[in-house]
Amino acid sequence: MTARRVLMVTESERLGAAAVASARSDGRLRRALDSDLIYSFCRSPVTVIAAVGTVLMIGSALLCPWIAPHNPFDLASLNILDATDPPAWVKGGSWSYPLGTDEQGRDMLSAILYGMRLSIAVGFAAVALAATFGVSLGLIAGFAGGWIDTLIMRIADVLLSFPAILVALLVDGVARSVLPRDQQDAIAIYVVVLAISVLPTVQFARTVRGSTLVERNREYVQAARIIGVHPALIAVRHILPNVLGPVLVIATINLALAIINEATLSFLGLGLPPTQPSLGTLIRVGQNYLFSGEWWMVLFPSATLAGLALAVNLLGDWLRDALNPKLR
Amino acid sequence: MLAFVVRRLAQSVAVMLAVGFIAFAMFRFVGDPVNSLVGQDTSIEDRAKLRHDLGLDDPFVVQFARFLGHAAEGNFGVSYQFAEPVQRLIGERLPATLELSFTAVLLALAVGVPMGVYTGLNPHTWLSRLFMSMSLVGVSLPTFLTGILLIWIFSVVLGWLPSFGRGDVVNLGGWTTGFLTLSGIKSLIMPAITLALFQMTLIMRLVRAEMLEVMRTDYIKFARARGLPNRMVHFGHALKNTLVPVITITGLQLGSVIAFAVVTETVFQWPGMGLLIVQAIGFADVPVMSSYLMLVAFFFVAINLIVDLLYYAVDPRLRLDRAAGAHGH
Amino acid sequence: MSGPLLAVEHLRIEFPTRRGILTAVDDLSFQIAEGEVLGVVGESGAGKSLTGAAIIGLLEPPGRIAGGQILFAGRRIDNLGREEMRRLRGKQIGAIFQDPLTSLNPLYTVGRQITETIEVHLGLDAAAARRRALDLMAEVGIPAPEQRIDHYPHQFSGGMRQRVVIALALAANPRLIIADEPTTALDVSIQAQIIALLKRLCREHRTAVMLVTHDMGVIAETADRVAVMYAGRLAELGPVRAVVKQPRHPYTVGLMGAIPAIGGPRHRLAQIDGAMPRLGTIPSGCAFHTRCPSAFEHCLRERPDLLPAGASAAACWLYAEGRA
Repeated sequence: MTARRVLMVTESERLGAAAVASARSDGRLRRALDSDLIYSFCRSPVTVIAAVGTVLMIGSALLCPWIAPHNPFDLASLNILDATDPPAWVKGGSWSYPLGTDEQGRDMLSAILYGMRLSIAVGFAAVALAATFGVSLGLIAGFAGGWIDTLIMRIADVLLSFPAILVALLVDGVARSVLPRDQQDAIAIYVVVLAISVLPTVQFARTVRGSTLVERNREYVQAARIIGVHPALIAVRHILPNVLGPVLVIATINLALAIINEATLSFLGLGLPPTQPSLGTLIRVGQNYLFSGEWWMVLFPSATLAGLALAVNLLGDWLRDALNPKLR
Repeated sequence: MLAFVVRRLAQSVAVMLAVGFIAFAMFRFVGDPVNSLVGQDTSIEDRAKLRHDLGLDDPFVVQFARFLGHAAEGNFGVSYQFAEPVQRLIGERLPATLELSFTAVLLALAVGVPMGVYTGLNPHTWLSRLFMSMSLVGVSLPTFLTGILLIWIFSVVLGWLPSFGRGDVVNLGGWTTGFLTLSGIKSLIMPAITLALFQMTLIMRLVRAEMLEVMRTDYIKFARARGLPNRMVHFGHALKNTLVPVITITGLQLGSVIAFAVVTETVFQWPGMGLLIVQAIGFADVPVMSSYLMLVAFFFVAINLIVDLLYYAVDPRLRLDRAAGAHGH
Repeated sequence: MSGPLLAVEHLRIEFPTRRGILTAVDDLSFQIAEGEVLGVVGESGAGKSLTGAAIIGLLEPPGRIAGGQILFAGRRIDNLGREEMRRLRGKQIGAIFQDPLTSLNPLYTVGRQITETIEVHLGLDAAAARRRALDLMAEVGIPAPEQRIDHYPHQFSGGMRQRVVIALALAANPRLIIADEPTTALDVSIQAQIIALLKRLCREHRTAVMLVTHDMGVIAETADRVAVMYAGRLAELGPVRAVVKQPRHPYTVGLMGAIPAIGGPRHRLAQIDGAMPRLGTIPSGCAFHTRCPSAFEHCLRERPDLLPAGASAAACWLYAEGRA
């Protein structure tokens, strides 16, 4: 093992093995979840605020067709005369557009709500996709061992040494080059989800592989194999539950990262298009109007994105500390 | 030691070959080079001739070898978007990116390490808690948001600093530098801070975590039990042990500086490699994309190699091999 | 010098936790005379290491000294400021810990770690410090000190490393050394050597030792007196010969019975039923009464004082006035 690899036993791998160990000593992860986790949750006001904030944001994102004052995608309802109106409390604004309007006359509040929904949706989709593939890959690698394991882990190593945004950028770029130009806006969302999910997939795979390796050598697994239980069944029935703890932590961390990466891609103009804007797209468009004084077009989406990212990150931080057996 | 170096070199070459393969595949098969180079009116015979002239009819392996050969020389073909040799484009942009990255890393280290040491040694003071909260914000915020915030405050509201471009640059025999002019330095400030912020918080948290862990070790306890003064315990023993993994992980993080440079350059319209690749992707400019991939991969591989060697040099446990081993009892 | 070197009086160490306050060491009192070796024996979790840590002032928060006092050479030390305590450490009171590998900084040579200790406490210059370090290394029995002084800890074997640790502890010539399980991490064959070394050096330097261990055999070899701890309290205290040959407290009886004897008839090792109670679940009255074959109703009601019993003293109501 190179020194770097020794060093870079990533948090995910350590978590993987450690969580398995702690699950053993606590009997079942569920019991630990019930007591210490909830306790430390209630003890930290910051975390509670973060959780409440996250729930509020996700909730409003889910409910936005009902709670948004306007539908920003309904072109017929847009009034060009209302374009670039300031927020309600500034001279020239009105309460029908509480946060002002953008250059096309779309209500900022509604655009932000829908944008947040898109951002969260893409984030969740990317993480879900990554989790599905990653966990499966990890189980396969850990169980099969041999050259399959080595191959998957080598690829994982190389990929993991690149930052997520670069991988997402390049996957996005290749997809764009391959797909016909006129289709690009319509399927942009799928391309973005795919691009963002590549690196988390590898992370999940690494962690799950670590836990699988630990579990594979335990007596009960050996016993099951001797009896002739199919490896897939062993993997799903026994190993998977033990791995859920760190998978959850990685999922939360990656959710925040996915949301940020999607925002970054959209900001660069390579993510979601203005016809289907996420928060990142709104910020990109808004930046052009910053100097002409229409600050609301960029600041409100920015604040929302910052709040969202912060809240999810705080939750992930707390979850990671709470599940860390070393700090118990 | 030699075996180790050779092995790592071989690994690096293998990775570069793999990346080269991907870059070549992109280059050759994504989109049609001929169609991208010529206008719509060109006849089919002319296209076929062009295809042949470009060597696109040759067997795959030959093309791959040729690609690698060209890559080794730095020849990456011609950009679809700018109709200029990619090599020249990169040459123009590289100094901008390198200067920005270098400044950012320096800044991140200069601020991050002391903050990390302080919060590691005094984890419960209000200042430490403040730093930790700030660092959480720094880690959570996307780079471009920080950039926009800085632009709003310092360019729009205060009007102190320019919000785009590099300012005036001085050409030193091919290398354009912004360090030597006032406008160059002014233009550098906000982008460098934006780029450094994420790194800074990461380094701070890393140093802090390492410090906390080191302070719990037995040898620190023993050093205390021997009555060594705090200064010696903290900065003699603890710090050295902390910095070893920190240095190596920071080196590995250099890669993410290159990545986030892409975003920072876009926010500030900084004429570097990052802006180039974003434009290239938007345009589906495959030669630029594939050469960027090769270049970035090369950076990463080189950095990883250097970091591995550095770690080997610094930690005596790895250096003195099994050959020396334990003597006596 | 009149009076004991170290006097621990009614020491209480507490840990505030979210389940309430746990008392890890409860009303512990003993003394160590100058040059004496006191063995402190007991199971894991009995509070032996904590006591040592408290004496040298390295008790880790949230643990804290909640009652009693510790006197060194007649002077109270448990309430000293940080800097004063630091000056005491190494120079007056030294410590040796269990694992010699983790006790030494892996990135510094052994010589550097010894000389820095010498320079801090004895104020010698670099050359003089190095000479003294070489002398120390020779004294603890490390062969070829001139070469080994520039070696790193991982280049030494376990036993050699512990010798280095001993050299480090003795570097400033302290009057008391707290040795916390100094041989537990070593091979059995090496243990005897290290114990002999410790004994010899302490005799030569007139250094008192508080030898904490769970190994009764080591105590029997090395100590002058022995203190048996149970659940954070003192069970028995007396000269080592007396306690080993004729243990008084039922717990000590059980301990000695569990040690196999070489030679003599082979029979089943006696075993004490149950296990030492964890903090927070210590029974009322005498902590041992739930496992004691001789318990009676007074044992449940009241915690016994340390009562004289033959040549030693035992915290057991069996030795109250009027009983056998």
